Amino acid sequence: MGGGLLDVKGLHATVEETEILRGLDLQIKAGEVHAIMGLNGAGKSTLASVIMGHPAYAITAGSIHYDGEDLTEMEVHERARAGLFMSFQYPSSIPGVQVGTFLRKSVAAVRGEAPKAREFRKELQAAMEVLGMDRSFLGRYVNDGFSGGEKKRLEILQMLLLQPKMALLDETDSGLDIDALKAVAEGINSLSEESGVLLITHYNRLLELVVPDVVHVMIDGRIVQSGGPELAQRLEADGYEWLMPVA
Amino acid sequence: MSDEARDAVGEYRYGFHDPEVATIRFDKGLSEQVVRDISALKDEPEWMTELRVKAYHHFMERPMPDWGNEALLNSIDFDAVTYFLRSSEGTEGNWDDVPDDIKRTFDRLGIPDAEQKWLGGVTAQYESEAVYHSIREDLEEQGVLFFDMDSGLREHPELVKRFFNTVVPYTDNKFSALNTAVWSGGSFIYVPKGVHVEMPVQAYFRINAKNMGQFERTLIVADEGSSIHYVEGCTAPTYSTDSLHSAVVELVAMDGAKIRYSTIQNWSSNVYNLVTKRGIAHANATVEWVDGNIGSKLTMKYPAVLLKGEGAHAEIISVAYAGEGQHQDAGSKVHHLAPNTTSNILSKSISKNGGRSTYRGMLQVRPKAEGCRSKVVCDALMLDADSRSDTYPTMEVGNASADLEHEASVSKIAGDQLFYLMSRGHSEAEAMGLIVNGFFEPFTRELPMEYASELNKLLEIEMEGAIG
Repeated sequence: MGGGLLDVKGLHATVEETEILRGLDLQIKAGEVHAIMGLNGAGKSTLASVIMGHPAYAITAGSIHYDGEDLTEMEVHERARAGLFMSFQYPSSIPGVQVGTFLRKSVAAVRGEAPKAREFRKELQAAMEVLGMDRSFLGRYVNDGFSGGEKKRLEILQMLLLQPKMALLDETDSGLDIDALKAVAEGINSLSEESGVLLITHYNRLLELVVPDVVHVMIDGRIVQSGGPELAQRLEADGYEWLMPVA
Repeated sequence: MSDEARDAVGEYRYGFHDPEVATIRFDKGLSEQVVRDISALKDEPEWMTELRVKAYHHFMERPMPDWGNEALLNSIDFDAVTYFLRSSEGTEGNWDDVPDDIKRTFDRLGIPDAEQKWLGGVTAQYESEAVYHSIREDLEEQGVLFFDMDSGLREHPELVKRFFNTVVPYTDNKFSALNTAVWSGGSFIYVPKGVHVEMPVQAYFRINAKNMGQFERTLIVADEGSSIHYVEGCTAPTYSTDSLHSAVVELVAMDGAKIRYSTIQNWSSNVYNLVTKRGIAHANATVEWVDGNIGSKLTMKYPAVLLKGEGAHAEIISVAYAGEGQHQDAGSKVHHLAPNTTSNILSKSISKNGGRSTYRGMLQVRPKAEGCRSKVVCDALMLDADSRSDTYPTMEVGNASADLEHEASVSKIAGDQLFYLMSRGHSEAEAMGLIVNGFFEPFTRELPMEYASELNKLLEIEMEGAIG
């Protein structure tokens, strides 16, 4: 077994008949932070969506286990309730639904019971403070008219409230100014030490603030190289050319 | 109930019925004699009897509308309808005096509770007449008149005569003629000059008997500089045979007055709901319709405002929810008759499980109405491919200075929205419930809080039925 929190083996997945993941292996243990780097189109975001269960993707071979359970047998909301979380690169807006209501309902759904009003307010306040968010956020509609930075902050706020065992963060750092990046990094670092984290990113700058245990390089739907944080630095300096298959 | 009917009804929560209580029940069917009998029973002034009879003949001669839903309209069997049913000897001012069966119904609907907490007055109509009526003393002391319509006509015949049939004449349409002929119950309200009724007053309409026709008539007059918020709710039991609800509502907002009229229509899906609602706004007055249509088999209803005085304003916010076997043909009409009048129309509809929603709107600017402004927004949300949504906006613009905006959209729930919400632990039904509540939010936020949360719960339950 190997005791991974998340075990992905020989995973192949397609979207509209096009194969995006082509035999991907990945194991993340509780408490580990992994980063996946790679160029656009390598299949990084697809990997996160497939693990979370987006219905547009079909798994054609391989397996995904989470906490020993076959994840592919679970519906999306069951995965969330089991402690899996995904921070979206492009989170949807839900017009007419206030952030405060949405957060309260989501926490209730994931925990299986409605949080006590006073305690929830405290939790919320603390988490918003970490992320440097203003209370006025709570009255706005979910992601409706939000700037890129506001969306990412809201994603991380949800993560802090939902306290996932395994968090998939899809390009949470893209499009953020340095203050927002720091706030988001602080949010990720304040997650429980028992949680597994998968950071999907193009850049090294988040990895300087959230130091990963393992860095993977993804090319063409496979992981082609794994290493420590120094691998991210090398990619930053040399690019991906040296890892490309010779044509 | 047939299986089909049961499926169509889904989780309708108000479908219970109590044993029928009748102290007077007319034979089914309509004739001049029935009309005269209703009037005689109520001991009405002669002008009202004559108006009823004229309206009856107009109803008989007037062809059925050839638009909306002709097939369903023509399937109404007017001979099978009970036009008058008195279920209680009188209108009580104390719930304890209301007959037990009927009181139990209103208890289950939460009316006495709501009255205690947040209403300025309540009238509860059961079948043809009000069984309970009360108004807070402070409002009475300020000269506010709030009666059921029958009592209003008895106590203030001159005032009623002055306004009755002036906003919605019986010749307006076939169903306004029918209502004028056989009306019974409804509310009569007069707010004196400068009086602001701070707490909403509520009317609740309940049909309990089978094949019942309910024809309440409401007249609200807000004198100069006054204001009032009137709320109505309605439900009926679920039967496999149809009932008919055909109301007429007339609003008169004098100079600088404001009337808001909020409706949550949640009839069971065997009720034809064919209602004419219209208000007149004099100079600088405001008439607001906040109109929610959730239930019924067929609703045809287009709340209207005549902007008659300079600077008058109309606000019409409506939502319609059409589930299986339902057709909501709703909309709004605004007539800009005077200069510098403004209107704001927002319509939202949801269709699900083959339900059909239609927006029908009329915006008219008369040649003399200089400097008018209007904004119309229609949004439709379709939850599946079997459902249907149509929009029929009509604009007649007779004055080139008018500043008009019109936006319309039809959308489906995006897969990405559902995925996003489900990734936060919400089941598919819960996710749809959230999206739908959000879609209706511009409407629900206008409702008293108690109604808003009730409506949200109702829609969440409907969404549970939506997932196969």
